[in-house]
Amino acid sequence: MPIEAIHLTHCYSEGSAFRTVALDDVSFKIDDGEFVGIIGHTGSGKSTLVQHLNGLLKPSSGQVLIDGEDLNGEHVNRRALRQRIGLVFQYPEYQLFEETVAKDIAFGPKNQGLSAEEIDERVHYAMECVHLDYEKYAEKSPFELSGGQMRRAAIAGVLAMRPSVLILDEPTAGLDPKGRDRVLSMLEDLHAREHVTTLMVSHSMDDIARLATRLIVMSEGKIAAQGTPREIFAQEDMMTSIGLDVPDVTRLCRVLREKGYDLPADLYQPDELKEYLLRLWKEAKTC
Amino acid sequence: MQSDTRVRLDNVTYTYEEGAAPALSEVSAEIEPGEFVAVLGHNGSGKSTMAKLLNALYTPTEGTVLVCGYDTKNEEYVWEIRQRAGMIFQNPDNQIVATVVKEDVAFGLENLGVPTDEMIPRIEMALKAVRMSKYADTAPHMLSGGQKQRVAIAGILAMEPSVIIADEATAMLDPSGRKEVLETMRRLNRQKGITVIWITHFMEEAAQADRVLVVTDGRIRLSGKPADVFDQVDAMKEMHLDVPHMTALAGELRAAGMPLRNGILTVDELAEEVERLCPLKQST
Amino acid sequence: MLNNITMGQYYPVDSKVHRLDPRIKLILTIVFIVAVFLAKTFVGYALLLIFVYCAARMANVPFKMLLRGLKPLRLILILTFLLNLFFTTGETVWVEFWIIRITKEGFLQALFYSLRLAFLVVGTSLLTLTTSPVALSDAIEILLSPLKKIHFPAHELAMMMTIALRFIPTLLEETDKIMKAQMARGADFESGNLISRAKAMVPLLVPLFVSAFRRASDLAMAMESRCYHGGEGRTRLRVLKLSRNDGIACLVMAGLLALIILERNLL
Repeated sequence: MPIEAIHLTHCYSEGSAFRTVALDDVSFKIDDGEFVGIIGHTGSGKSTLVQHLNGLLKPSSGQVLIDGEDLNGEHVNRRALRQRIGLVFQYPEYQLFEETVAKDIAFGPKNQGLSAEEIDERVHYAMECVHLDYEKYAEKSPFELSGGQMRRAAIAGVLAMRPSVLILDEPTAGLDPKGRDRVLSMLEDLHAREHVTTLMVSHSMDDIARLATRLIVMSEGKIAAQGTPREIFAQEDMMTSIGLDVPDVTRLCRVLREKGYDLPADLYQPDELKEYLLRLWKEAKTC
Repeated sequence: MQSDTRVRLDNVTYTYEEGAAPALSEVSAEIEPGEFVAVLGHNGSGKSTMAKLLNALYTPTEGTVLVCGYDTKNEEYVWEIRQRAGMIFQNPDNQIVATVVKEDVAFGLENLGVPTDEMIPRIEMALKAVRMSKYADTAPHMLSGGQKQRVAIAGILAMEPSVIIADEATAMLDPSGRKEVLETMRRLNRQKGITVIWITHFMEEAAQADRVLVVTDGRIRLSGKPADVFDQVDAMKEMHLDVPHMTALAGELRAAGMPLRNGILTVDELAEEVERLCPLKQST
Repeated sequence: MLNNITMGQYYPVDSKVHRLDPRIKLILTIVFIVAVFLAKTFVGYALLLIFVYCAARMANVPFKMLLRGLKPLRLILILTFLLNLFFTTGETVWVEFWIIRITKEGFLQALFYSLRLAFLVVGTSLLTLTTSPVALSDAIEILLSPLKKIHFPAHELAMMMTIALRFIPTLLEETDKIMKAQMARGADFESGNLISRAKAMVPLLVPLFVSAFRRASDLAMAMESRCYHGGEGRTRLRVLKLSRNDGIACLVMAGLLALIILERNLL
């Protein structure tokens, strides 16, 4: 289910002295099954963009096409369309409210008008996706869970709606390394298994490097660059100029290249660098 | 007692509930004046409990916590302890009390009964030290997370503490906010000699400390200089903790036979070692 | 949405009225309210109107803004007027048809009661437009502090007010976020009858309450950690000082009250 943004622009407080342009002529296309990372400095428009993609915000001008249909078009059933796009906000655990985990996860499917059996199936499915044991946690109050578990329960609440597109805004924000790893592994598994088109907004270059096959780089409401992680991380100057870091591995390559080593410009995976350095050392030994 | 600004934990155990497993078990540590010590661990490792014990928000079930010479179990000295060892918390919003920045910074001073004339210069000094002077009359909800944390730091600074305990102060901030806050604390540590106890789960932050205490399951497992602690990559991995990427990479290269030195933490350090071991051929 | 939320409608310009001591303003507002209830004739109400207009001018508050405060009360004002118009017994009948009977007395009473209501609203608007919520909270704390002797928690009340004011924008932001998150899960806050809409609020209110309790708990810990231990021994950054203008304002208000009492008894 491809998503397309065409000249998307969004202004806040239009017509007043406080007018700010949050999105400026943003255009891109996302194909079925892709895992796209959206990166950018705070205030670059990432969150605003993401809320346009499921219709929570309406553009000031431009269009959002879901599967070819204009999301904000006249005869469109926006609610139905919106439910095919699952949006997980930052710190989603703050939206938990039901008496039990199962009931909370069932909220989405219930709003979709599914039957009781279907809802039950979806809850089982969603809890499995996020590695929360049904037997153990379904009847617990969501407020009894640990922070990381609450996060996963909240994500399950969106997964239970079986969206065709999953959009996550900083899914690892505020989690410790173990919690982050759990969430990222879960997203990796989910994408590998079900090929759900996934968009992930993140500040962490490491998270992005691990999961995304394509990046959209935002800066001040505009798209600064698009491409594969390899292509994007190679542009270290561009990244630093818009306030973003590159992964340490990429930076090491740059430093070594400045010292005169002949490294390919687009290394960013630690394993590749390891291989290269070991080879380099073997060569040096034999001289 | 005044000149003693050490913080000491003597065999401290803390249990939240009767019969439950202790959050901290037999923990002992001594923090010298002016040190920047990072306490690294997971959520649930006991590090936050340690922070609250240091500020006398909790008292130990067993053992003693001495802050600047005062025993935290002694209720008489609670306010002395909290004035000397101030704490900033994880949620930037939930520690700001007033509707305007400079009034929030004044909060601690008001509580201590400081006369109004004395308050004003202290507030100015505190805001200047965290570089938030121009926001003195701003409402807190207009600030970014990093700015809010700096206001919180100013609030503590105005009370003229010897120690500042930061309980995961950067966990809810974005990368630039984290940098802002850590830089501010390091500057205060260097320039004013304030002892900093930095509780975190970010290893890049711990790597910048003078000393790192690694806490798991309520005990201190590793302690020492960052380079020495992070070099123990396997031990860290076992505890499900990250090590800086360069340290991990150096560890893997070493395991494959490359004789890199120990204690590599940064990109530049690794690059230098690579240069040393694989010198570029000079063209003749 | 958040650009202009400071609770109530504090209008942050500078003026002599803005700079008056908030305690004085609070007391004078109460005196004004008394005057409104004492006014009896057109002369009295004219005096009140002149006073309000002059006060607004001195406060650099556009009179229109003051009147805008009456907009939400349109219905009540009209209702008050009509009820008094039709149901007051009087002697000089002006109009009579069917069961409707409008008398001169009825008309005058309707007019005066509606005006009274309007003046009450406008008078208190003047207070809130020229006094920041925090200044008001200070004023209340100081004015109520003699009651501490009978264990009335004046300080705690003021502290609660300040904290509530501080968190209103934060909680509003959070409400917005929670609403959006639940809408993304298919929640519908707009359609349906009263009952279904009330039910739809649960996914909004429960997380909000949970979060508010957590904030309160965190905040309490942070306050204790900064040596908060109640009102005993606390000093204050904001110190209220009376000035000459405060005395002048009191004199003016006393004058107004005197004139109104005169009008009431002589006319």
